[in-house]
Amino acid sequence: MSKPRLAIFDFACCEGCQLQIVNMEEQILDLLGVVTPVEWREAISDQSDEYDIALVEGSITRPEDEQRLKEIRKRAKVLVALGACATMGGVNKLKNNFEMDEVRRCVYGPAGAMPHLSTYSTKALHELVKVDFSVHGCPMSSEEFGYIVRCLASGTTPVTPTYPVCVECKLRENACRFEYNEVCLGVITRAGCGAPCPAGGSWCYGCRGPVDDPNVNAAKDIMARYGKTPEDLKSRMQLFNSVEAPTC
Amino acid sequence: MLKTLNIDVHHVTRIEGHGNIHVEAADGRVLKAEWQVPEAPRFFEAMLRGRSYQDVQTVVCRVCGICSFAHSLASIKATEAAMGIEVSEQTDRLRILAYGGEQLESHVLHVGYLVAPDLVGVNSVVNLVASHPEVVKAVIRAHRLGNDWMELLGGRRTHPVSFRPGGFGKLPTEAELKSLKERLEKIVPDLKLIAETVAALAGRIPAFERPTEYIALAHDGVYTFYHGMIASTDTPERLPVDRFEQVVNEFLVGQSTAKWARWHRDSYAVGALARFKHNHANLHPLAAQTAKMLGLTPQCCNPYFNSIAQVVEAVEVVEAGLDQIEGLLARGIKPEPPCKVKPRAGTGVGSVEAPRGILFHKYTYDDNGVCTAANICIPTNQNHANIQKDFEALVPQVLDGDEARVRLLLEMLVRAYDPCVSCSTH
Repeated sequence: MSKPRLAIFDFACCEGCQLQIVNMEEQILDLLGVVTPVEWREAISDQSDEYDIALVEGSITRPEDEQRLKEIRKRAKVLVALGACATMGGVNKLKNNFEMDEVRRCVYGPAGAMPHLSTYSTKALHELVKVDFSVHGCPMSSEEFGYIVRCLASGTTPVTPTYPVCVECKLRENACRFEYNEVCLGVITRAGCGAPCPAGGSWCYGCRGPVDDPNVNAAKDIMARYGKTPEDLKSRMQLFNSVEAPTC
Repeated sequence: MLKTLNIDVHHVTRIEGHGNIHVEAADGRVLKAEWQVPEAPRFFEAMLRGRSYQDVQTVVCRVCGICSFAHSLASIKATEAAMGIEVSEQTDRLRILAYGGEQLESHVLHVGYLVAPDLVGVNSVVNLVASHPEVVKAVIRAHRLGNDWMELLGGRRTHPVSFRPGGFGKLPTEAELKSLKERLEKIVPDLKLIAETVAALAGRIPAFERPTEYIALAHDGVYTFYHGMIASTDTPERLPVDRFEQVVNEFLVGQSTAKWARWHRDSYAVGALARFKHNHANLHPLAAQTAKMLGLTPQCCNPYFNSIAQVVEAVEVVEAGLDQIEGLLARGIKPEPPCKVKPRAGTGVGSVEAPRGILFHKYTYDDNGVCTAANICIPTNQNHANIQKDFEALVPQVLDGDEARVRLLLEMLVRAYDPCVSCSTH
């Protein structure tokens, strides 16, 4: 069986997820044993229109980018969304809380009306094309990425956790962030990251998105026990989980 | 025969973000030589409005995956300036130490993974594994060390979580600092090998000079990345960072979704070469020796030498990091929680030297600590006009070369600036 041809593309994002690929260091050479990279603008000079697996980082904010994404989808047998911008829009969706013309004026002033500065409300990839797999997180983790690519190359289906970050946080024996009088989204956020943020002295801000079937009652109990209300969650949830329509 | 050229590089490779090169020449005349930035803007300054001061760093470090520590620290400094928060000496020292990790990681990534293939004549670092195995291993070790260094002090290697307005959410232990110190000592031979390899290839660096204005932070007695005032090679006057808008004078052009900047001339340059010009007298001994070996002088006006200055800085941050750890261990790590923040209305500016050059964040907060306005000026914003001016000077000089050579020279020029294009569009 010949190795699948792999291409990496990016749209509106910080390219931090591609950096996590670079951060695999010599393990990249192991991945090259199972896939053939044919396009990766950030790291190699080659370009190609023929590939089996497309890895796509970033969210979509312009018609021309939407068009390019759809062309990538047509060519690829498998399309993988890399990181929060691609899987759910990420912080870029904070923009959707405002009117687009107002946003352009806010950043660019009157010149914001110039046509090359146009923008529409931020969309995750799945809102425009079929996404076969998602590598969650902001940034995604190198380990999870390597695991998912190896699964795809060997024709198996990757499995991502369906329990919340709280589970992994407890396994690391971190003190609960609510004990510090902080609002932590670990109770409802999809695990798989290993809870690095609570371990690093912060709260979870939900960059992997909500777990499929959140235990809402347990989350309410915790909020009540520490004197917090769902309203306290709302502002923090907006960081990575803003929606399509304006919310403020 | 008079030269006709048509170069259209749609998305330059081996840089962060999306930039295009467009050159047209007919009958020996340059009709067009453009550096274009079509990157999708994300509108961070608009998105920050309505966010709590506690969440601003979390959002804004996402401007850039490659320099998220720079954005985090500039952001936190701006918030602290707006709310009048003073941090302890320990916090200050730990932040400066943490920041060295990002400079090392970013510079090694740029020189080793993105620039070196051009100097050897291959398309990616993967192809250097066979021809230069030892130095590639040294690059990997130095890059990994930079990442581990950042993770130790920032909680994560990208988009750090341990920095807070007022202090640290989690402090490193003395044992962890000792272990980092040992690793910094051990990396020195690797950095020497990298510098020697670059020196041996330095003959491949194009000989192109264009004097311009160079702007960087400057601070007495230290090669600074964190504290200081704004210094320019065009004026002896130094400005406090809260007057940065007087320096950057941002403006819009049709060829770029990122804003451009200018001060005394049509353009200016920021980055490692600009820092070297303003801070070279304060280099540590081994870094100064490395600069000498690489032929880097404060008079240098060759933009391609920005990568050379990055090699010098990679050595500098390791030497400075060792000093910083010694100072911290001598004082002992105190279990300081972040100081209590009482939100208050105000405006503040924070500035640091990102790996690619001077970076500014400015926020206004209301009485509840909610951000009401933001202005962010990125190093690559400040370099775009200078790249364009370099194109205009370079293309006529090299018009006799074949098209592939001209294209390579322009791509290498763009890469030398280590542009963070999506960052500049933010």
